[in-house]
Amino acid sequence: MKRYTITALVSNKSGVLTRISGLFARRGFNIESLCACTTENEALSRMTIVLNGDEYILAQLTKQLDKLIDVKKIALANEDESIYRELLLVKVSAPAQKRSQLIEIKDVYKAKIVDLSPETLILEITGEPNKLDGFIKVIEPYGILEMARTGLTALSRGEKCLNDLTDYNELI
Amino acid sequence: MNLNGAEILIRCLKEQNVDTVFGYPGGCVLDIYDAIYRDGSLRHILTAHEQGAAHAADGYARATGKTGVCIATSGPGATNLVTGIATAYMDSVPLVAITGNVTVSNLGRDSFQEVDIAGITMPITKHNYIVKDVHKLAATIREAFYIANAGRKGPVLIDIPKNIQTEICDFTPAPASAYKPKAVNASSLNAVCAALEKAKRPLILAGGGCIGSDASENLFALAKRLQAPVCSTLMGLGSYPASDGQFLGMIGMHGSDAAAKAFRRADTVIACGMRFSDRVAGNRIRFGEGKTVIQFDIDAAEIDKNVQTDLSVMADIDEILKALLPVLAQGERKEWLKEVAAYKEYEANHFDSRLPAYKIISALRKFTDADTRVATDVGQHQMWTAQYYPFEKPRTFITSGGLGTMGFGMGAAIGSCIGSGRKTVLVTGDGSFHMNLNELCTAVSHHLPLIILLMDNNCLGMVRQWQTLFYHKRYSQTTLDRKTDYVRLAEAFGATGLTIAGEKDIQPVLKKAFAAEGTVLVDCKIGIDDKVLPMIAPGKSFEDIITNLD
Repeated sequence: MKRYTITALVSNKSGVLTRISGLFARRGFNIESLCACTTENEALSRMTIVLNGDEYILAQLTKQLDKLIDVKKIALANEDESIYRELLLVKVSAPAQKRSQLIEIKDVYKAKIVDLSPETLILEITGEPNKLDGFIKVIEPYGILEMARTGLTALSRGEKCLNDLTDYNELI
Repeated sequence: MNLNGAEILIRCLKEQNVDTVFGYPGGCVLDIYDAIYRDGSLRHILTAHEQGAAHAADGYARATGKTGVCIATSGPGATNLVTGIATAYMDSVPLVAITGNVTVSNLGRDSFQEVDIAGITMPITKHNYIVKDVHKLAATIREAFYIANAGRKGPVLIDIPKNIQTEICDFTPAPASAYKPKAVNASSLNAVCAALEKAKRPLILAGGGCIGSDASENLFALAKRLQAPVCSTLMGLGSYPASDGQFLGMIGMHGSDAAAKAFRRADTVIACGMRFSDRVAGNRIRFGEGKTVIQFDIDAAEIDKNVQTDLSVMADIDEILKALLPVLAQGERKEWLKEVAAYKEYEANHFDSRLPAYKIISALRKFTDADTRVATDVGQHQMWTAQYYPFEKPRTFITSGGLGTMGFGMGAAIGSCIGSGRKTVLVTGDGSFHMNLNELCTAVSHHLPLIILLMDNNCLGMVRQWQTLFYHKRYSQTTLDRKTDYVRLAEAFGATGLTIAGEKDIQPVLKKAFAAEGTVLVDCKIGIDDKVLPMIAPGKSFEDIITNLD
């Protein structure tokens, strides 16, 4: 089993997410995260999909996705040539006596405090997933009350854009 | 010009050269039916059930190569199409299904006869739409027809809420934009050419894709160029003439012994528009052992999906062959052709021709010609037809392969008959026929020259065969024991009913059936334990073929 990151440009229409997640469920693809967002082009959304699988599953997922009319472009993110980011919000128990320790950790990780209450605080951090994992591990002993991770999103470095790729439907 | 949505639909159907549609009216398609009535030039075939309409549109498409169109109302009308749409999807048949739905303002409120048909059909269509703006209707319909025919063909569904059918907008006519497959660059075929020229014992496997891309002529040329034998999958039957000496019959679970032997000996297999389904490659891991596997397919997702290939080309089959033939050297493979001819002869001499089904289907060929469409349902009768009936031309064998839909036959035969405009044959079984026999009324109402040969063994023969072989003869729920009198049933529907009770009846009764006007149902009594052989048990390989149970 390996982890693959796939990025796709899809139609920004209702039902597209269902079409894609339905395909994953139907074909038994094991998805770790799926992150959908708007793009510079309002007709398109961008999806970043993290897949756990092997080369065969990766090939099938890519080709099956590519057959969907609403999927316009699709590419496998290359680890060395891409920027990966994820955002984490975490609400931690922070009574006055522990707060300074948390602030110290926050500074090490370049996280931000975005909310403060007498007993809690919310931290925000962005980075590659393993940085977030490390941060969570350090914060955990203080008592995580709840947290939200956006899932991975990625862009390739340099001038290369997903939109420039050839679509499967243009090939046949 | 200003038209309402329903009128736009009719205009767009005609733009796509649709002259025949199959359907069933209802509350949410009243406006569409009103537009059909007022237009008066579209041939509408009213079926007994929406499932029949979907199968008929499918059969029409398979028999003609055109896009089949079916119409149903919202809710149950739409859900009744589902089996038909799934059948077309599995066999890559171009179909446009049009459903009505409740008004846009009532969508999502569990309104009367409301169902999310777009959601339901998502996994069984190439694409589907809910049209929520009448201004987008024409473009949507045009796109739907394009998608149904582009690349690997398949069904598309358009759900049109009732208010969209009545709302008015400007309509500009546009010609149908036909899909044109991309030409293949000959240089990309160098490796394929080299492998084919090097092959000592090449074998061509022709699939449904050869029919979908109208590649028969070039497929024939490829076989002659390579001097290679040809086997066909169930879906590929008719793409290569059965009467040609190089044709070895069907390959797979119920394929011929000659095909199985040739496959075992082949050093190179060329898969043309076939997807190595489990019914062909029972053991997909061992399938390509010791062989060079070359795959031609229009769908990239089919390449390496079930069987790992050594070489592959992703494009329309006919385009691949068109590019390949000019650069492929003429082969000399006399020894190999002699070898497979011996397999064929051996099988012909050792073939069990005692079965009544064999005798009936063999006799049938004397009353038909190479263009006669022969439809089937699903089960033993289907396999017997595939094995015994010599299909010479593409689009003459109309059968549900991928989904294996019992009940497909009546609708499909009606659609094929209307599409071909010729006398059509349906070979069915008593199990399948009981599923959708209601469509007899459709055939009779339209005076269709349809000959229905019902293989009557009083049981679900194929399931019984498996119970015999794999379940120690525990015949759970497969003995039908119906009291149906098929002759009187046919007469009650306004058709002719005949019976073949024994061998001596075959000739005279078939003669009578083919001489009769309109729809004829022939009850063919066959044995309860007649089996489909050869057989390769599920998961097994070609060397495990069972040719004899004695």
